[in-house]
Amino acid sequence: MINLTNAFPRYESDEIVWRAVSSKESETPMTDESFNILIGGEAGQGLATIGHILSKILVRAGYSIVSSQTYESRIRGGHNTFAVRFSPGAVHAPTEAIDILVALNEETVSLHEESLSLQGVVVVNQSEREGNSPHIAVPMKDLADGRHINSVALGVVGAIVGLEEDLARGVLKDYLDGAAEEVVKSNVKSLREGYRWLSEQSRTLPRVPGPSDRERRLTLNGNEAIALGALAAGLKFYSFYPMSPSTSIAVALIHHAQAMNLVVEQAEDEIAALNMAIGAAFAGAPSMVATSGGGFALMNEAVSLAAAAEIPVVIVVAQRAGPATGLPTRTAQGDLEFVLHSGHGEFPRALLTPGTVEECFHLTRKAFEMAQAYHGPVFLLTDQFLADSYHDVPRFGLDDVPTVRTCAESEGEPGESGEAFLSYKVTENGVSPRLLPGLTSRCSAGYSSEQLVVGDSHEHSEDGQITEDLSVRKVMVEKRLRKTEVLKERIVPPQRGGDDNAEVLLVCWGSTKGAVAEAASVLSGNGRSAAWMHFPQVWPMNPAKIRKQLEAAKNVVCVEENATGQFARLLRRETGFHIEDRVLRYDGLPVTPECIVRELAENGKG
Amino acid sequence: MTSIEDYGSFKTAWCPGCGNFAILKTVKKALVALDLRPHQVLFVAGIGQAAKAPHYLKANLFNGLHGRALPVATGARLANPELKIIVQSGDGCTYGEGGNHLLAAIRRNVDVTLLVHNNHVYALTKGQASPTSTRDDGFVKKAQPEGAFSGHFNPVEAAIALGAGFVARGFTGEVDHLSELIQKAVAYSGFALVDILQPCVSFNEVDIFQWYKERCYLISSEHDVTDRAAALELAGQWGERIPLGIFRRIERPSFEDRFHCLNNGPLALQTVEKLKLEGIMKLYE
Repeated sequence: MINLTNAFPRYESDEIVWRAVSSKESETPMTDESFNILIGGEAGQGLATIGHILSKILVRAGYSIVSSQTYESRIRGGHNTFAVRFSPGAVHAPTEAIDILVALNEETVSLHEESLSLQGVVVVNQSEREGNSPHIAVPMKDLADGRHINSVALGVVGAIVGLEEDLARGVLKDYLDGAAEEVVKSNVKSLREGYRWLSEQSRTLPRVPGPSDRERRLTLNGNEAIALGALAAGLKFYSFYPMSPSTSIAVALIHHAQAMNLVVEQAEDEIAALNMAIGAAFAGAPSMVATSGGGFALMNEAVSLAAAAEIPVVIVVAQRAGPATGLPTRTAQGDLEFVLHSGHGEFPRALLTPGTVEECFHLTRKAFEMAQAYHGPVFLLTDQFLADSYHDVPRFGLDDVPTVRTCAESEGEPGESGEAFLSYKVTENGVSPRLLPGLTSRCSAGYSSEQLVVGDSHEHSEDGQITEDLSVRKVMVEKRLRKTEVLKERIVPPQRGGDDNAEVLLVCWGSTKGAVAEAASVLSGNGRSAAWMHFPQVWPMNPAKIRKQLEAAKNVVCVEENATGQFARLLRRETGFHIEDRVLRYDGLPVTPECIVRELAENGKG
Repeated sequence: MTSIEDYGSFKTAWCPGCGNFAILKTVKKALVALDLRPHQVLFVAGIGQAAKAPHYLKANLFNGLHGRALPVATGARLANPELKIIVQSGDGCTYGEGGNHLLAAIRRNVDVTLLVHNNHVYALTKGQASPTSTRDDGFVKKAQPEGAFSGHFNPVEAAIALGAGFVARGFTGEVDHLSELIQKAVAYSGFALVDILQPCVSFNEVDIFQWYKERCYLISSEHDVTDRAAALELAGQWGERIPLGIFRRIERPSFEDRFHCLNNGPLALQTVEKLKLEGIMKLYE
């Protein structure tokens, strides 16, 4: 068994850097070392591509980054954005004020020029409307010979920021690995033209903080980190039905499937996806599925099956704004109660809620470890913001890879030969020894090769046979519920940061961590004492400990991306502590440090 | 050598005279004839009286949800290609609740044998029309007081039309023939459907044993199982004459072959290659 406590990031040690809110919102801009670039345009203009490449260049140059993406549920047209905030110190949240607005179309200028910072500038195609803001009009079409305008824009931005052209070209070429030679050439030329053109201009450019000198880091978004975490955990089977914003987990896994001896299958629907994963897990493959709200609704009966049949499986729910189809490509934390109560009947479960991209990796591994330890479903609850957000992440230590090995699970617990194996043997902690069908002796020394394994969704006796014996029913209910303790031993505790004995304690869960921690830091900078408390796991919890911490704070505010305060409600149910003050955002965008500070000020708490 | 005793005998929850008894017996007989040991076989079942059948013999078993046996079987097969997988369930479970999975399983062609106990009625829920209830006018049930209006689903015809590689129909009144069909289906490499006609002594008053007996006949040995058009024509026969036997048997590319890692055997036995994972991590630098 691995202990992730040490590997788990000590968030407190990371410096939270605050950038000034735009002059329109704050009379006294604060010292700020971060810089924010927003690329806007239509779907199909390649803005996510250059956003990703720019993110990677910045990380290779030595910056910390956080990116956030907004896009519409369409393939062409509409208005999409890709924002990258970077700093020589650590940044953990998106911000609102824009230092460079890269407008690939006219609409981007009118929609975002109000958010320009004091030194902010618009980089725009010469032929588009330029607006009233300071701007750099680039003859993009001419420079690109009409093609790969996005790479020209990338070159111009790279030059403004002061990123070395060689570095930018290297990342661009890596990104285009496998593309036709002609395409690579043309993109590289566009990039070069962007750099060249900017160098020939004589004008004042925004001041950009220099990078820090540090070890190379990974550039990952939340979904990629989950995919890598799953591979490190020992994932062998992944089934999915495409659904935004979860699909890029599948795409990442498919990319590495052959190298990692992994089966990835696109199922006919989400019902099949989870049932397949359960079948594969029963047969011994560490298994995972991912979806979003609507798809998860279809998986519910199988969640209950995993619990009844006692099958370890990891289920990722990347939340988007519901109900029903809702805003398919926007972020939300509206499905906490849904996932917590999913599946009919009573059974234990664990819900992990990573706060950062790095935590996506570690908590995915933790999810596999938990599922394997207690034989049941473990959930990873993320959202569109985190799924799509790139972050710089330190390299992961892989010494203790894989996290789980189902084949070796029953080692050291040999059964008596000749005795029938009991798949649902009643034990003290409720966890039965587990064998794999057809692999009994090969995986577990001491068992005969002819032992049989049973998985059953009915109430069953120890041998997995259907039972209507109501005393057996009672024993089995209690056996399953006893496994809660196995999960409780593994709880990832809430993390705290900020001032001791703070006046205001900001409570949050999941992807809002960075914004909340930064908001607390801003409040402290403004002379208020503030602290934050983040829950990387929301179930099960240790109510007594949590209550103590909440009671110690003068003012507690819960920050969530839903309209009804679902986590505050859960905390009240479990701890009896009622958090009256809430900062709730439910317009489909992630909370930012600015919006938290603004809301607190309006409510007289900041 | 495997004997019929190796597969054990159990008390059942079935009605006296149920066709399930005959199917259970023929399944055991087929497995013994193929000399398969119980631990080499994994039964996957849905929910219903038919889906209880694998509980009444000794073998590995996963008994999941109503309609969802095929995806579980697919997952298990893709995790361990050494397992001989047999799915057993009824017409409601397979053709009703699980329709989409049947469609997908046929398209995938995973090596799984599907045995459908087709009694044309939902019996465990006390008698409602099923997708295979045969008579629009006569099938009067509490839930269908005017008769079942939806058209009759012909699984054999549908499976052939969808490109299934092995499609057969048996009848519980022809046990030796049925056992032979099951043997051939299990031995077939790829997805195999055996639709098994059976009377329901409790809830189907119209499609009774005698009704089948008068109509069923064995497909002539001259039928060309590789001829799709001939198979479809034969499958279209229903009502006055009901053909029994193998309608279609062709070679199809196996789905499992697409996954290179399955050449190395069960996934549970394969190690995670740390060096390769380190290489993958580097791609993200």
